[in-house]
This record gives sequence, structure tokens and C-alpha cells, in this order.
Amino acid sequence: MEQKTFHTVNTPVRKKDAMQLLLGKPAYVEDVTPRDCLVVKLLRSPHAHALIEYIRTDVAMKVPGIECIFTYKDVPNNRFTNAGQTYPEPSPYDRLILDRRVRYVGDPVAIVAGADEACVDRALKLIKVKYQVLEPVLDFRAAKDGQVLVHPEDNWVAPLPVGADNRRNLCAAGGESRGDVEAVLADCDRVIDHVYHTKACQQAMMETFRTYTELDTFGRLHVVSSTQIIFHLRRILARALDIPKSKIRVEKTRVGGGFGAKQTAVAEVYPAFVTWKTGKAARLVYSRRECQTAGSPRHEMEVHVRLGADNDGTIRALDVYTLSNTGAYGDHGPTTVGLTAEKTIPMYTKNLEAHRFTYDVVYTNMQAAGAYRGYGATQGIFAVESAVNELADILGMDPVRLREQNMVRQGMVMPAYYDQVANACALDRCMARCAELFNWEEKFPVRDMGNGKVRAAGVAMAMQGSCIPNIDTGSATVTLGDDGTYLLSIGAADMGTGCDTILAQMVAESMDCDVDAVSVAPVDTDTSPYDSGSYASSTTYITGKAVELACEKLKARMCEIAAGMLNCDISDVEFAEGGVRKLDGSAAVTAADIGWKAQCGNDLAARATVSHTSPVSPPPYMAGMVEIELDRETGAVEVLDYVAVVDCGTPINPNLVRVQTEGGLVQGIGMALYEDVTYNDRGAILENSLMQYKIPTRLDMGRLRVEFESSYEPTGPFGAKSVGEIVINTPSPAIAHAVFRATGVWHRELPITPEKILLAQK
Amino acid sequence: MEIRLTLNGKVVCADVRPDTLLLDFVRQQGCVSVKRGCETANCGLCTVLMDGKPVLSCSTLAARADGHTVQTLEGLQAEAADFVTFIADQGAEQCGFCNPGFVMNTIALLRENPDPTDDDIRAFLAGNLCRCSGYEGQLRGIRAYLDSRKK
Amino acid sequence: MLRIKTYARPQTLQEAWELCQKKGSVVLGGMLWLKMQNRAVTTAIDLQDLGLDKIEETKQEYRIGAMVTLRDLETHEGLNALTHGAMADCVKHIVGVQFRNVATVGGSLWGRFGFSDVLTLFMVMGARVELYRGGVMTVEEFAARPRTERDLLVRVIVPRKPMKAVYLSQRNSATDFPVLTCALCERDGEITCAVGARPAQAVCLKGLPDDPEEAAEVVAGELHFGSNLRAGAEYRARICRVLVRRGMAALLEQED
Repeated sequence: MEQKTFHTVNTPVRKKDAMQLLLGKPAYVEDVTPRDCLVVKLLRSPHAHALIEYIRTDVAMKVPGIECIFTYKDVPNNRFTNAGQTYPEPSPYDRLILDRRVRYVGDPVAIVAGADEACVDRALKLIKVKYQVLEPVLDFRAAKDGQVLVHPEDNWVAPLPVGADNRRNLCAAGGESRGDVEAVLADCDRVIDHVYHTKACQQAMMETFRTYTELDTFGRLHVVSSTQIIFHLRRILARALDIPKSKIRVEKTRVGGGFGAKQTAVAEVYPAFVTWKTGKAARLVYSRRECQTAGSPRHEMEVHVRLGADNDGTIRALDVYTLSNTGAYGDHGPTTVGLTAEKTIPMYTKNLEAHRFTYDVVYTNMQAAGAYRGYGATQGIFAVESAVNELADILGMDPVRLREQNMVRQGMVMPAYYDQVANACALDRCMARCAELFNWEEKFPVRDMGNGKVRAAGVAMAMQGSCIPNIDTGSATVTLGDDGTYLLSIGAADMGTGCDTILAQMVAESMDCDVDAVSVAPVDTDTSPYDSGSYASSTTYITGKAVELACEKLKARMCEIAAGMLNCDISDVEFAEGGVRKLDGSAAVTAADIGWKAQCGNDLAARATVSHTSPVSPPPYMAGMVEIELDRETGAVEVLDYVAVVDCGTPINPNLVRVQTEGGLVQGIGMALYEDVTYNDRGAILENSLMQYKIPTRLDMGRLRVEFESSYEPTGPFGAKSVGEIVINTPSPAIAHAVFRATGVWHRELPITPEKILLAQK
Repeated sequence: MEIRLTLNGKVVCADVRPDTLLLDFVRQQGCVSVKRGCETANCGLCTVLMDGKPVLSCSTLAARADGHTVQTLEGLQAEAADFVTFIADQGAEQCGFCNPGFVMNTIALLRENPDPTDDDIRAFLAGNLCRCSGYEGQLRGIRAYLDSRKK
Repeated sequence: MLRIKTYARPQTLQEAWELCQKKGSVVLGGMLWLKMQNRAVTTAIDLQDLGLDKIEETKQEYRIGAMVTLRDLETHEGLNALTHGAMADCVKHIVGVQFRNVATVGGSLWGRFGFSDVLTLFMVMGARVELYRGGVMTVEEFAARPRTERDLLVRVIVPRKPMKAVYLSQRNSATDFPVLTCALCERDGEITCAVGARPAQAVCLKGLPDDPEEAAEVVAGELHFGSNLRAGAEYRARICRVLVRRGMAALLEQED
């Protein structure tokens, strides 16, 4: 393995915005946009499925202060997707800004804008709507080819061939296989065959969806939003509003958490439509209730795993069928499902003779799903890792040994991962180190603590990607300032993750300067170079590489300018120690000298832009182990200790990858134990607030211990891969495993609540 | 109705509606560090000090603050700067949206108990939700600050 | 959304009571649950000027004003010494310090919520509630009165007689609403148990046997349980036995 030493990369520098954020300075949409603007709110459907028979807004319009009320009659008839994805989008064009058919409880029925919240609230109550209530599709297992269609409309379009068919309630369907799965399974000593069910968990970022819009001096639509996807957002708005992209400028502020939620244009179209129609500035801030019921949560999935192995523990075949519930709209439906297999099967590459993956993604009259950290991998890993743990139990094998026997190793070709080679893979070291830190040998046996309580341990491993290969595009512009400092422009979105800082660290590393000498420009479609956005764990790997390459290009340009200053040929100079010097050492200029020169009698721009994409998506890997204390008399589970060891390639900033990991683990713990989404028989979500949807507090997560076993990824910037998503994947299967150890019952549906544990106990 | 209170050391007289929440009032007064994260008094993002005690400004009427002293992070910058650098050194601020509420409650904790144990810290800050950090980095930061004071 | 037409800070209990008789008026406790309601209020009555935010001690009793916060209960040395820490145990899981600094004893009791932790504990402690017009009555009597009554809860009175007390609750996550609460108290040789969050209002049983198993049997046999989002009736019935048994065992271990 290649080992390099760095001066700025791989050091725990402070996040550039840390002190401003910690001291509460204005940074977010609601803090930095004018207070004086139209307040926008949405009237939402109380029915899961209905047609609007008539809608009357005249009385509501008379409320003093009301500026406008829009209904389905007022909006363009262009269907679009809210999913922030590279064009042409895999997600179907199945939305209108407002539609006559409402498809879930919470689907917008009218947009109301007025001078203040009070008048808008009054007007919302005065809009008269008569609905023709239709039978809803509330069982995702019965949605495919069901009698009731969620999207019967003629202008529904799937831009890409993803197996979608609105006449069958299918948002996507398909499959792929390698080898003869049935034959291998038939030949295996053991087949684990179970279905695993995960819910539509909420990102529950602390800042709900929010957007401010205004017309700028040139009459263009200026959108200021809390988003992960400025460029996709511009395209989505252009299509939805039926206006040219050139008429739209999107800017992001600090983002109060995203986790994928803000990879979907959940809130933006509504104030944008108001501003475009009225010419007036407008702002929409989602309530927490809206965020919980009309957001873009994880896809509920049922993953059917058939895992074939021999008695010696050789895992020979994996067959995965995933049924995914995309809800009322297909945002991210066709793409999330693939990760249930793509990020699970390759982990067992070593002895695998055959694999198959088939899937259906169905429409229902439930909240539309979207992108949430893990993006299908989380659901698949709960299933496959649970199945592997079940196999270990049946074989009487140590689940760590079983994994070591079958896991992918560095240098292996992964047939279930587009035949990519695991160039950088420390999964084996992660597992070994994890077992050592956790003290697996001692903690795996179930220990009776008295008073009905037992302690038990569980394990799981995970992988993810580092981008969408051949699609994700990141760019960086690095500009030399006249004081010898640098300005970095990117279109990727720091949503608290710290990408602005780690990319600045890369500039500092490349340009041999202090990280304080690198500023990061605001992210704005008018001024930032193109970036797909911050999702798919891609920012460090893709945009980071663009930064590294842009720095190389800028160094060459600085040499060119310096050669002119030094009256020599460019081949006689080199970039060294943050400046440019003659190879013979006779003369040198500093970056500041070059910066000055670039502003005087100069025809060489001291700036470089590079765009980058990757043909591969090198997986990060990790192992996770949990120790719980389970109260056999009440079913209560306390997480005592969680150890995770991660291979994310080179950690660009050890602090930030650690905190990313800890945050992901805690989200995973919540998903495993209590984050639930249930519907009443009318199709309304019951966990519609943070009072009912419980996310972990600091009393709920026990002790976390995180370490890194780094590999060096040759295609990544400074050897880096990714970390953002993988970290949420191990808690569910590891905790389910520990609960089995403590109770003898496998829980194949999340969350695993005390009630389920107690009542299932024999 | 007219209210008169001391906000961050300054006497403020203002005309408010009887149902204006303290959260909205202090934001109108420019104290935008105070955030709304939920409507159900669960997240702690809106924490301010009223007469020195941490309270949820989302569940307090501005009218109830009439005659009282209210402090937001805008008014406690120096006291906060003392320890938040240690949290910055952990990278635990993350998205930052929960930070003001969490920092305000930490100020309240440290005033009440200058030498808390880790369990004291967890218990006192339990009402401050954070979805990014997993809480451990925040704890490490506070611990590092407390340790630095002992040296 | 809570809409309020007039906000009032009466200077006497009589004035507060008179305001309270007006249609559409409401007394503000901590306002936590009130704020979440979609409701129009004509007069919001704030009792903050009435000196009810104090815990007064006499030789015989603690007199806990209606505006005393749950955090005050949690940190009060006398009450916690008297209850062997059960007072703090019953409130410390409620959301967070900032919440408990706002939530009041009066508000918590007046709502007579099924999930009310303080109601459950006060019930077994032999505490009495003082209403401005209705007079003094036991917490149980108070709990049975109609919520529509237009009176003021002035204070809760707790006798300062030695007792043993235990408070246990089961929650799906640390600061969530309880799935079940269980308070046990021994006073004058009699053991009383209250079980709350059934999810309906707490019910009190007196004269329990001091054998943990027997007591669990008696309580589980007497009570009925329901279902809500947090758990079903069957689960509640099963853990009720466990909490009572454990609570009783803990109670027996306490020194007088």
C-alpha cells in the first residue's frame, strides 16, 4: 500500500465556519434573507387519494394582506421530478406543482402567499375544496398491478428505461444476475431464506426545508435555498415553472443538515412560482409537521434474501429481491433500490459463485420517498447482514470468522460491483481491529447480569460507494489572489459535513500553503463551476479530485507567469515551497509576487478550473460491533458500547470523519430501535412531529468508539474515498443480532421496540 | 400590547401581539441565533435564558417575559467563546443549526455546576437534539474545556 | 396554532378567578401542551405575579405553588429527601431541563394527563390539591373532577411525614413519553401504588401486600390497560407486573 505523508491533508483542522456557527451568527436561509417578503404556505390534502371536484379561493383572497392563491388551474402542465439527479433523470416525471389529483395525505392543493403568517393562516382556512375521495393504495405489497392506479395520467413520463409503467403502479422494475443462482442454491448445504422490512425513516435534520425567492435586478429568479443540489435545482425549477434555465440563479446558504433530504427539491417550487408570478420576494419555511409528512424520507423496503452456503461456512450464492415503496411520487425510486444489492453482494465476493438481484419499485398513496444517507444500501445491509448472522447461528460459527472467510479482499474483482477491482480495501483489517477494540471474544457470549437483564453483542459490516461512476461531475476553480492566497470555488454543498474545509485542506496541501490562506467562495449557480451536488458520498472523492487537478493546473499557470517575471523559459522553473523558483536555485518569486503580476500587464489568468468524473466508485468499508443490555422482563434495550472501524481511504480531516461516523452510528441506532413511521387506515402518518418520531438523544446511544483502518485509493484525491453514507449502515443488523443473542428471536422488521422484543420472546 | 424587558442587557420596549412567542420576538429583535426546530417543545434549539434559567422560547409568550431579563447567544458571546473553541477543535459543530440552543444550555449547566461529570452533562443537555454529530464530539469538547480549566 | 386575544396578569387570586370565569379564558401553566393546540383563547391568564412559584415549608407540610416548575421539584432537597429521590426520578425523563424549567406543577396536574408523571407520584404520596374555590382535596379526588371546571389550582400540599417512595417508568427512548409509570409509597404502614400512562389516567391502589410478587399480582389483576402509538395493552399489562414487583422490592430496601 502506498503511504504518503501530508502537511495539511490528514490533519484535524477546524472547520472554517465552526466559530461562526457555534456563536450563532446569521448563516441560514431565514437569517440572511430579508424578513420583509411574502409568507408562503401550502394547503394540503387531508385525503390519501382524491380528485379535486372544485376549489374556491375567492373568500380567502379577500383576507387583508393576501397576495395570491394558486391552485392546479394556475400551474404549467409539465410533469417533472423533484429528485436532484443528473439529466436525463432516472426518476419519472410524475409531478405537477399542483395537481387536480392528490396522491397522499399532505399533497399540496393550493399555494397561498400573503403579507404575514396570520393572514395566510386565515386564508388557508377559508379555501373551500370539494374532493371526490378515491380508494387509496396503502399496502405496498399489493400495489403492483393493483386495481387502483396512483398515476393514471397520460402525460406521465419516465425519461430513462428503468422498467417503469404507470399502468402497473411501477416506478421501476428489473433485475440482473451472474451465474446460475438456482443451481448453486440447490447445491448448497444451507439456504437462509427470509424477508426483512425497513421503514420510511426521516432524516429529521434540525433545519426543516426552506427557500427564499426574489427577482434580481435583471428580472431573473433568484433562489436562496437550503439545498444540496444547486445546479439540479435550477434545472428542476426551469422545467416545473416552464421558464429558461438562464432565467434562474440558485444560491445556497449554510445548510442546517441534509442527510439526503435536501437532494430533493421539496420546498423550492412553491415560493419560486409565487415570485415568478407576482414579481415579489417570497419565503416558504416548512413546519416540522410538514417535514415529517410531506418531506422525502427513506424508501420503505422489503428485502427478500436467499443466501446459500456450505456447512463449512462458504457463502456461495446470494439472491436478493427488493420491493421498494416510493410513495406517491417516484423521486429517487429507480436508483435507491439498486443499492440494496450493489452494496451488499460484493462484500461476499470471495467465494460467491452466483448472484441475482430483482426488484420492483411501486407507487402507493403514501408520503413520497427520497434520498436518505445510505440510499438503499442501509435497507439491503440490514437484510443481508442479518441473513449472514442467521447463517452463523445455524452453522454454530463465530459470525466474525464467517465473515473473514467470505469477505472481499484488496485486489479482488467484484462481479456484483460492475466487475470493479477492490483497489483499496481494508475491510479485513477493519473487522480484525474492531474485534480487538470491542473485545469480541469476551463480549459475544451472552452474559446474565441478574434482575432479568442480559448483555449480548452483535456484528455487521458495510460498504457504500464514493460517487455515481461516469455520471457525477465535480468541478473546482482555484484562483490566485494578489496577496498570494487562494480562492476556491465549488458547486458542491457543505451541509455541515465540512466539505468546504476539507477541500480547502486539499488546496493548501497542493499549493503548499496554510489552510488559512484558502478561502471558499459562496455556492451559486451564477459563479460556481458545475457540480452534481453533494450526495452519493461523492464530494470528497469527485470534487476533491477536481480540486487536486485544478491546483496542478494552477501551479502550471503560475509557473508560466513566473517564467515571464524571471525572464526564463517555463521549463527552467518549478513550483516549490508555495512559490516558483528557477531550477538552478538562482531566483524565486512568491505566490504573492505572482498574484501582483497577474494584475498588471498580464494576459495569463491566474486561475484554473477542472471538471472531473470517475469511471469507478471505490467503496469505503467498515465493521461495527454493538454491546447491548436487554431487559428480558420489559424488552428494553440499552446500547452500551458501539465500536466502528472504518476504511474511508485517507481521512482528509480525522476530526470530521470521526464526527461523521459517530453521527451516522447514532442515526442508525435510532433507526434500529425506535424511529418508526406508521399510517392510520386513512393514510395519515402518525409520527408527524419530533414528539412522536423519536430520534436519539444523548441519553440513548451509549458509548461510541471509532477508529480508522486506512487504505489508499489510487483514483481518489490524496488516497481518499468517502465516509458520509456508509456509517449509518451497521447499527440495524448489529443490534438485531445482539437482540437475537439475548432473546433467541430474530427481528426482521425495524424498529425493534421493547414491545416487539417482549411479546416475541418465547 | 406593550412589553418591556431586558434583552441582552438592553431595555427593550415593544408592541407585541398577546400570542407572539418569545422565540419570534427575539428573532424580530435581531437575535437570529435563536432557532425553531420543531413545534412540540422537543428539540431545544430555541433555548434562551430567562432570569438566568434556560427555557424554551418556543413555548413562552413574549408577554410573559415582560419585566424579566432575557439573554440569547448574541448577548453571551464572550462566555460562549470560552468553551466553544474546544467544540470547534472536535469538529462537533457540524451543520451548526442546533449549536446556539446547545451552547446556551451548556452555559446554564456550567453556571449551575462548574465541574460536571460526563453523565451530568448528558443529563443536563438531553433536551438539546442534534442530528449530525452523534453527541460524542460535543461531549469531548466540553470535557476538554473542563480539563483545560483544571490545569 | 394557539391564538390569544388578551393576555392578563392578575394581581390577586380573586382577580384571576374572575378572569377564569369568562368564556374562552384559559389559565397558563407552562403553556407547553396548550401551545400545541389549535385553539383560540380570549383571555390567557398568567399567574406569575401571585407568588405561586415557591415551595414553602412548614413543620407539617410542603406547600408547592402551582407555578413551581418541574425542574424545581427535581432539584428540591427537602422533597427529594422525603421521597428518597422519587421526586427527581419522576420528572428527570421529561424532555429536557429547558422544558422542565417551563412546565409547572399546576399545569401538569390540571391537565390530568394519562402520561403525567407528577400526578402519578403525588397520588401515592397522599398529597392534596388546593383549589381556590373548590378547597383542599386529595389528588385522587381532584383527578376525578371535570377538567371543564372553572377554578384555579393554587398549590399542592405534601405532608412531611416519613415515607418510603419509589418511582419507575418504562420508556421506548430516554426522554419520550412513558409507556407505563408506576409509583409506590409506604406511609403509616400502608403501601399505595399508582400506575399511570396505561395510557389512560393513573389509578391508585391502596393497602397492597408487601410481597413484591403478590403486589404485582394484585395490581395487574385490578387494572385495565389500553393501546396507543407507544405500545399495546398486552405489553403494558405484562410490564406492569414487572414495574410493580421491582418497585416493591426497591421500596422494601429503603430505610425509614
